[in-house]
Amino acid sequence: MYLDNERRPTLTPQLAFRVAVLGGVALMFFAIIFFRLWYLQVLSGDTYRAEARQNRVREIKVQAPRGEIVDRDGATLVDNRTGYAIVARPDKLPQDPGARGELYRRLAKLLDMRKVRVQRRVEEQLDQLPFSSAIVKQDVPEPLVAYVLERQDQFRGVDVERVFLRKYPHGETGAHLFGYVGEVSEEELDDERYNGVEPGDRVGKAGIEAQYDRFLRGRNGAARVEVDALGNLTAQLKKVEPVQGRQLRLSVDLDVQEAGQQALGAGTGQGAFAVMNVRNGEVLALGSEPSFDPSLFTRPLPQKTLDRLSAEEFGKPLYNRAIQGGYPTGSTFKLVTATAALEGGVLTPDEIIHDGGSLTVGNVTFKNAGDAVYGPIALRQALTVSSDVFFYTLGREMNGTDLLQSWSRRLGVGRETGIDLPEELPGRIPTPAWRNRGHREFNRCVERRDPSDTEIFQGVCGFFSRPWSVGDNINLAVGQGDIAANPLQMAVAYAAIANDGRVLRPRLGLRIEDATGRALQQLEAPTARRLDIDEAHRQAIIDGLRAAASAPGGTSTAVFESFPIPIAGKTGTAEKGGYRPDQSWYVALAPYPDFKYVVAVTDEAGGFGADTAAPMARRILAELFSVDEQRLVEGGTAPD
Amino acid sequence: MQAAASSPVRGFRDAAAVRIPRLDPLMLVATLGIIGASLYTLGTATQDDVPGSPNYFVYRQLAYAGVGLLLMLLIARFDYSRLREWKLGLYAFAIASILMVYVLGYSARGSRRAIELPFFNFQASELGKLLLAVTLAAFMVDRLRRLQGHETTSRITLLALVPAMLVIAQPDLGSGLVYLAILVAVLFVAGTPWSHFAGLAGLAALAIVLTLVAAPAVGVELLKPYQKDRLTAFLDPSSNPGGRGYQINQSLTAIGSGGKTGRGDDATQTRLDFLPEHRTDFIFSVVGEEFGFVGAALVLSLFALLIWRALRVLTMSKNFYGALVAGGITAMLMFQVFVNVGMTVGIMPITGIPLPLMSYGGSSVLTTLMAIGVLQSIHAQAREIAAGKQSAHGRPNRPFAAGGL
Repeated sequence: MYLDNERRPTLTPQLAFRVAVLGGVALMFFAIIFFRLWYLQVLSGDTYRAEARQNRVREIKVQAPRGEIVDRDGATLVDNRTGYAIVARPDKLPQDPGARGELYRRLAKLLDMRKVRVQRRVEEQLDQLPFSSAIVKQDVPEPLVAYVLERQDQFRGVDVERVFLRKYPHGETGAHLFGYVGEVSEEELDDERYNGVEPGDRVGKAGIEAQYDRFLRGRNGAARVEVDALGNLTAQLKKVEPVQGRQLRLSVDLDVQEAGQQALGAGTGQGAFAVMNVRNGEVLALGSEPSFDPSLFTRPLPQKTLDRLSAEEFGKPLYNRAIQGGYPTGSTFKLVTATAALEGGVLTPDEIIHDGGSLTVGNVTFKNAGDAVYGPIALRQALTVSSDVFFYTLGREMNGTDLLQSWSRRLGVGRETGIDLPEELPGRIPTPAWRNRGHREFNRCVERRDPSDTEIFQGVCGFFSRPWSVGDNINLAVGQGDIAANPLQMAVAYAAIANDGRVLRPRLGLRIEDATGRALQQLEAPTARRLDIDEAHRQAIIDGLRAAASAPGGTSTAVFESFPIPIAGKTGTAEKGGYRPDQSWYVALAPYPDFKYVVAVTDEAGGFGADTAAPMARRILAELFSVDEQRLVEGGTAPD
Repeated sequence: MQAAASSPVRGFRDAAAVRIPRLDPLMLVATLGIIGASLYTLGTATQDDVPGSPNYFVYRQLAYAGVGLLLMLLIARFDYSRLREWKLGLYAFAIASILMVYVLGYSARGSRRAIELPFFNFQASELGKLLLAVTLAAFMVDRLRRLQGHETTSRITLLALVPAMLVIAQPDLGSGLVYLAILVAVLFVAGTPWSHFAGLAGLAALAIVLTLVAAPAVGVELLKPYQKDRLTAFLDPSSNPGGRGYQINQSLTAIGSGGKTGRGDDATQTRLDFLPEHRTDFIFSVVGEEFGFVGAALVLSLFALLIWRALRVLTMSKNFYGALVAGGITAMLMFQVFVNVGMTVGIMPITGIPLPLMSYGGSSVLTTLMAIGVLQSIHAQAREIAAGKQSAHGRPNRPFAAGGL
């Protein structure tokens, strides 16, 4: 055997060939690997270097605080505070579904939430933004934060983030104005108004916060950090500091706002008020009662709370009656009727109309309130005593013309005022076309469904059981019936008469400032619509309003005769049908004759205007003009 | 023998030959070059691996390399032909040590591969690679007159399959595949007919179909799920970047980001642990990231040099046994280099095969250096004969026999 091994020529031609094959295979493999390396490193090097960078660099967003909101004197209305949010980090959560479920259960117990809620919140957020941390609960008290951080072994993937939350130092005051802040939605992200906003950012969702969001929201900072394969931070690469949003100064006067809400709250608890500068449209106060605590919205709101905030039996606190209310305005509307009649040539300032206590049209009799009879009176007197028959007559005269409706619209009643709040509703001025259209639909519905009388009464086909009639115009002339208006609209209409026909666009935003209060941008001045109103007509109306608050027999003389500031104002008592109490109104212009402010107040169930709304207006006016009511009483000049 | 003893000049030459065997200088250069590259790469890549001792792995690798080079020189001095006589003992030792792992072995990441010894963990399957090359060649030479026979091919195949199956079951699929590569090389160099290779290929295909498709279909999983995943992940690494494709993607990113000249200290894929197994199986990716195309090409060139010299030794061998052993060892080196490097550049499946001399690890380094020692021995023997032929006019010379080793 050995000999064979030795004798056999080592390198036979066959072996040489096979070695060559082996060498060829080696050569081919080396060539493949060289080309592959060339492709990876030389041709695609940049791509892979970018990939390596992405591997190790994480950007951590640093939330920017929103700008503060201050009142006209710089008093803080909306501020920031830092809070803690419990978040789940997607890359560190346990992958195993069982362990995850256990974690959710533990979190739910700790945060006093239901497990399914925790799970749904986390998984929904991770679904939308798989690489950002998902907020489990905002604004968690510090002891819980410490508990989670100290037991990281039990709370794998759970972390704490510092977040800026809105703070409202004045509680319910002005709650309806500010609106609230929430996480940006997908639709908003597509909107160019939200350029620069990233998913997960918080933006204004309602009210001033939404209207001036682009100023209030800051610019997020970013911390660029290097992490290793396990996600541990290894180095801080670059940090861009967040920039706080701009400060927004409102025209609101905190004291007046507080006085208004207190006055309203002391009534039946459901109503609204508006205080505006009649020269420039600056809103000094705008409030609705009942109010709510705006800080409720800084954390996720349970549906139950949200339901209660919109519930009828709790007075729908979220509803901003000052700009969303749709109320009959009662006699405060007579200013509009008077303007329409005078400007439409239906009435002259001194024309006498006989008030016999009632006006009968067809088989319907319209009476004065309290069955009063005022005899022959002109416009001034009619406004002073609030004669209904006088204005019924004007309403009857103007039926068939568009005078009453068009002057309502011109003066801003039954349409949006254009205030800088996104939630405003227009309300309504009834017109023949509107009612007749409704009636035609009613007829079609009755034909189709053939309802019983009870069903018709219940409104299965709506309530337009009759077409427009002269009675509708008569009702509208005294602010009754289908009219739907709110205090801000009335304030705008009265301001227009007070300032020579300029219809103002009310506004809350005064200017944008830096953090020290230095003005950066004056917000756009209100665009005034100018109405051409005869000076004599205007004066007649003003005289009537002044006398109503000061002359003997004036509807609100009893309330204002002791008030040191001369007032011109009109009461309103709107019937609401059924057995519901009347709605109380008062609109005041002050100081007479060189008006500066208009105050419009309504209490949904306050009864006579003079009884409820007028004293409320007086309280607001006292604050507005710094009248010390206490001293008036002690001085013995209080009304008797 | 008399002739050698009678010449004082030859006696002197013999004495020199005893001390310094006739090594292939280029193979030595390649060997030392690769060891140097390994130490340098480990030095930069493992700074932070063991807190407090930045050079832990460098020193250990240096110690393995030192012992390994010593062994290489000893073996080079020794006539490899003796190994043929010991074939049964060596084969039995290989099988026994692999079986010992089942009994004494500790489990690393779910697979038993090593026996704990005082200084290092002895991986029987690594040494088995060399032992298999040496013994398979010996069994082949035993059947020199029937080399082309069916029986020879099936016997040799069976002899290789026994240890291969044992290590695959450990499970150490990579080493098992190396054994099969050695088998194919020994058969190939021995001149086994092509038709036999076709038959073996058919059998292999059948085995693959059985393990990957047929057996799972009837509920028997022969491969662990991770093995199957690794083997198939390279086909489409981006299909599951966080899971089975993770290692390949990170390796490609590391190598690609190295660019032409490498990232040096900025090699974040390695430094921040994105690259898995950066000391062992994926050390070539570290080379690619830190030293770029230039560095990777240099290391590859050293391997090319090593393999070229190994093939040359094959052709030089003084006897048929030497040629077969050299064939087996060359195949062992080639297969490991191509599969390992191919794996890091994403053209081969992940099989857990180390890069010879580059990857950190005592068993692999020692085995490879001993294997190179055998190659050097074949070279030295051939040179001795050539020198003898030159001086004594064609008389076959067996200097080691004379040297009284």
